[in-house]
Amino acid sequence: MSASVAITTPLTDEVIERLNVGDHVSFTGVIYTARDAAHKRLIEMAARGEELPIDLTGQIIYYVGPTPPRPGAVIGSAGPTTAMRLDPYTPRMLELGLKGIIGKGGRGPAVRAAIKQHHALYCIAVGGTGALLNRHIKNATVVAFEDLGTEAIRKLEVENFPAIVVNDCRGNDLLEEGKRQYRTSSRPIPAVQALGG
Amino acid sequence: MPVREVQASQITETVARLAIEATHFLPEDVEGAIRAARQTEKSPLGVQIIDEILENAEIARNRMLPLCQDTGSAVVYVEIGQDVHIAGGFIADAINEGIRKGYGEGYLRKSMAAKPFSARTNTGDNTPGIIHTEIVPGDAVRILFMPKGGGCENMSRYQNFLPGMGKQAVIDFVCETVDMSGGNPCPPLVIGVGVGGTAEKAMTMAKHSLFRKIGSRSEDPEVAALEDELFDAVNALGVGPQAVGGTTTALDIFVETFPTHITALPVAVNVQCHSARTKEAIL
Repeated sequence: MSASVAITTPLTDEVIERLNVGDHVSFTGVIYTARDAAHKRLIEMAARGEELPIDLTGQIIYYVGPTPPRPGAVIGSAGPTTAMRLDPYTPRMLELGLKGIIGKGGRGPAVRAAIKQHHALYCIAVGGTGALLNRHIKNATVVAFEDLGTEAIRKLEVENFPAIVVNDCRGNDLLEEGKRQYRTSSRPIPAVQALGG
Repeated sequence: MPVREVQASQITETVARLAIEATHFLPEDVEGAIRAARQTEKSPLGVQIIDEILENAEIARNRMLPLCQDTGSAVVYVEIGQDVHIAGGFIADAINEGIRKGYGEGYLRKSMAAKPFSARTNTGDNTPGIIHTEIVPGDAVRILFMPKGGGCENMSRYQNFLPGMGKQAVIDFVCETVDMSGGNPCPPLVIGVGVGGTAEKAMTMAKHSLFRKIGSRSEDPEVAALEDELFDAVNALGVGPQAVGGTTTALDIFVETFPTHITALPVAVNVQCHSARTKEAIL
């Protein structure tokens, strides 16, 4: 197993600068959760000039909608959801100061360009490992949009939360490189990962 | 032939139990296939991802944490023997009551949005289930439960091809679907394919095939050969675990077929993630 780069949140430009696609990272500190409905609200609030319920500067957003905690637990199963669904919102979120994202799957061309432009980072956690990732979440508090239930914004305190860098600040893309490296099929590679959802 | 009575309450209890077991215990055949893939995967990063997937299954089992936070839409296939009478309630109500109970008591995520194109309010108890019923010979009730996650379900595709296009159309369509969906459906995948029938028949067959055991092959030698060919074609795409690149893109691929109209070649693909959760019971 390749060594993992330990990172304390929030992200700094120096940390982002030295990370490359394929690097294993482990986050310790605060990260925030947000999914489709929360993104929509945040961006609508920003458009109206309202103060956002969280300051996004340098922060990491984790795309997750956890299962309910069992009594006495801080959170349930908590793995990543499909990042591409959030593509329409992501460039604006980066403009608002967001520096890191954790999801699963690839990003479209506009988001990749925005990640490079804003010197940010997109990582994946392994999709479908919500029980394992639960063990790295030490605390969870709803900080906004409680009415959204599983989609509410939660402040998570994480410890050695494992992720892999997929889009670094130089515009590289791990999924594109990986597919090329291991492809033995003579089929042409589709230009972009084109299915939404 | 006497009629056998099955109580609606028994169906409710069974569905509730299946929901909890399916979301916490990875089927042995699936875990075995993932273990086997670990030995053949050529990408070191892919192997690490497979290790995390296996560790996750162990944690889920031991700590009663759902394998995945997306505990799915509750897809239920019920085969009802024609000599069975369901007593004490309507079968669909009994199934939905079971979903309500299982998703509540099991601390599972409720992911059903009412009014799909407008309010999208959460129904709060993961009902209604997606229920398919079929009348079969005999006096038993067989319940097949599949908590189906959104990430993979959303990658489903259907297309009708020209009748003469044959098997190459099927292979191209499946490969294109897997290629374009990338990491969204959480590879390594189990892929269900329905060929023939009508549009809805093809998709229902694709979904139904996902209840098969990994490594099983169609009884029809021609279809079995197509399954092998598809398996090789998909795994040559290089998508790999979580699409980071690798040689394990699919754990298996199943095809169901049905006679079709002289004008048609319907092909449906229903994608399942590596957390290929199913559980069944016979009453």
